[in-house]
Amino acid sequence: MNMRLSYGMGFILLFIPCSLLVAFTHYPALKALLNSFWNNGSSFRPSRFVGLDNYETLLEDDKLMQVLINSFIYAIGTVPLAIALAIGMALLVNSKLPATGLMRLSFFLPTMLPMVAVANIWLFFYAPGIGLASQLLNAVGLPSINFLGSTDTSLVSMMVVAVWKEAGLFMIFYLAALQSIPTNLKDAARLEGAGSVRIFFTVVMPLLRPTTIFVAVNALINAFRLVDHIVVMTRGGPSNSSSLLLYYIYEVTFGFRDFAYGATLTVLMVVILGILAAFQFWVLDRKAHYQ
Amino acid sequence: MSGPGVSLEVVDLAKSWGAVDVLQDVNFGIEPGGFLTLLGPSGCGKSTILRLVSGLDEVSGGQILIGGKDVARIPAAERNIGMVFQNYALFPHMTIAENITYGLNVRKVPKAEKEKALARVAELMALGKLLDRKPSQLSGGQQQRVALARVLVSDRPLVLMDEPLSNLDAKLRVEIRSEIRSLNKKLGITVVYVTHDQSEALSMSDRVVLMNAGNVSQVGTPQELYDRPANTFAAAFIGTPPMNLLSPEDVRAPATFAPEGGMEARDVIFGVRPESLSLGRAGAEFSATARVESLEYEGKVFLVHLIAPSGTRFIAAHSGDGAPEEGSEVTVGWSASQTHLFSKTDGNRRDFTL
Repeated sequence: MNMRLSYGMGFILLFIPCSLLVAFTHYPALKALLNSFWNNGSSFRPSRFVGLDNYETLLEDDKLMQVLINSFIYAIGTVPLAIALAIGMALLVNSKLPATGLMRLSFFLPTMLPMVAVANIWLFFYAPGIGLASQLLNAVGLPSINFLGSTDTSLVSMMVVAVWKEAGLFMIFYLAALQSIPTNLKDAARLEGAGSVRIFFTVVMPLLRPTTIFVAVNALINAFRLVDHIVVMTRGGPSNSSSLLLYYIYEVTFGFRDFAYGATLTVLMVVILGILAAFQFWVLDRKAHYQ
Repeated sequence: MSGPGVSLEVVDLAKSWGAVDVLQDVNFGIEPGGFLTLLGPSGCGKSTILRLVSGLDEVSGGQILIGGKDVARIPAAERNIGMVFQNYALFPHMTIAENITYGLNVRKVPKAEKEKALARVAELMALGKLLDRKPSQLSGGQQQRVALARVLVSDRPLVLMDEPLSNLDAKLRVEIRSEIRSLNKKLGITVVYVTHDQSEALSMSDRVVLMNAGNVSQVGTPQELYDRPANTFAAAFIGTPPMNLLSPEDVRAPATFAPEGGMEARDVIFGVRPESLSLGRAGAEFSATARVESLEYEGKVFLVHLIAPSGTRFIAAHSGDGAPEEGSEVTVGWSASQTHLFSKTDGNRRDFTL
């Protein structure tokens, strides 16, 4: 096996993936950072270097503040809820109950659907008066709510869609983790007199911790990354009540065609995500047990 | 330390999974402080018995009397039984000290008492320096000692062990084997031990329950199992190498030989241990002629692999000088007292007259 690749061939093989990475990841990232220091140019007035002007705008942007608060509520609300639901569903399908195969399929189904399709399904659920949600409310004698049309309910409605969509995927991770826990650990705990709740919190949950960290990181990234349902369902409205950071970036950049400010917001988002990821991996990872 | 052990009596125990019966009519018992081994090939139901006694699985029928009280239908946690698992079942995210005191914490034992108990078993099992480590930082033998400590800390009068040595290397196995045996004697706890290794069973036990396909094949002391196997299964399972089983056409028996119970002489199986066979012994009461197929040097003895005219293979352990040549014809002889007789139809032991 001494067929060594020539340096030329090796260089070509490295060049192809590297150029793709540079063209679509590193160059745009760097360009966004650079753009955030320049103002928005037009055909008759070229853009010029403005230093930190864009960042000053950012600090005074009231709409951004609302979007950040929305994003914060959205993440805090959806991530723990999706995780809790995923663990619950995983425990359910991992149990000895009948029809766990069917349960697995139905829990996982939302994950397989494209987000745009999911959003359209939920548009029908939320439709005022005739939608499933309104009919359920009417059935128990409550007045129907315009879920997407009210500033009080639009963000929560978006969060429900996200949890519904995400929990199934996380369930698969938890199911795999649950099945890798040796049953005799639970047997040993049972013989020591531990009840099933105690076994869950003292034996099962600690052993699921690596999965929880992985899922939490992914869920958090998705909370910032997935805005398809907002585009389809509310367009951030009414009056920005359901707008998230990424949707706001999209709106500023491609709606208002303010590329400089869009780039500035992008830098902000990357910084936020970086801090969150670093926190999760360094702080939570140290407490995790890996076998 | 532990109070004296309790007696265990299993009566007509049965277990089935759906329509499949995995255990039928299992009966055995052990006195307080005794060491009972469940022995058998894999899949014979010995671990199932242990799980039934511990309460981890529910019985389908029969009684389990611990100290004279039937516990077959009470929850595992209330049976006051400790169990050591094959792969130790230590909680990987807890330190050794946390592992050992897990049960004490569940039962809310006061802190001072808990620490005293921990110190006591840590000394007993020589774990003092390891208490702050995690199980993954320990060797297999150390992990097994932690598993034992976790059981001993609660002063359980009855301890079940499910093949506790099978993941250890040969040297450690012998070491921990004698450690378990001396704990049993020193603390007076009753031990029920599961193994598929017959030499382990013979060397450690007060009583052995030999299992075969969900049924008890024989119950007795190790000597009884070795000296008087109750059937051909016990004969072929106990001993290294196990007992030879020969058909009547290969054996020259005395003319007066007659099996008891009205059995024809051709409906029997002769059993004889390899170490009972002597090569070229003229005038022996029983003898057989066979060809030497191969030789195996074992240090103390030669194992002579023989093939009888009917094609049956058997083994003679030859300890004298001058091993026979491969391919040569030899005569092996043995005495009536070394002869075991079994029925060909049901495999059970029979007596005979000369």
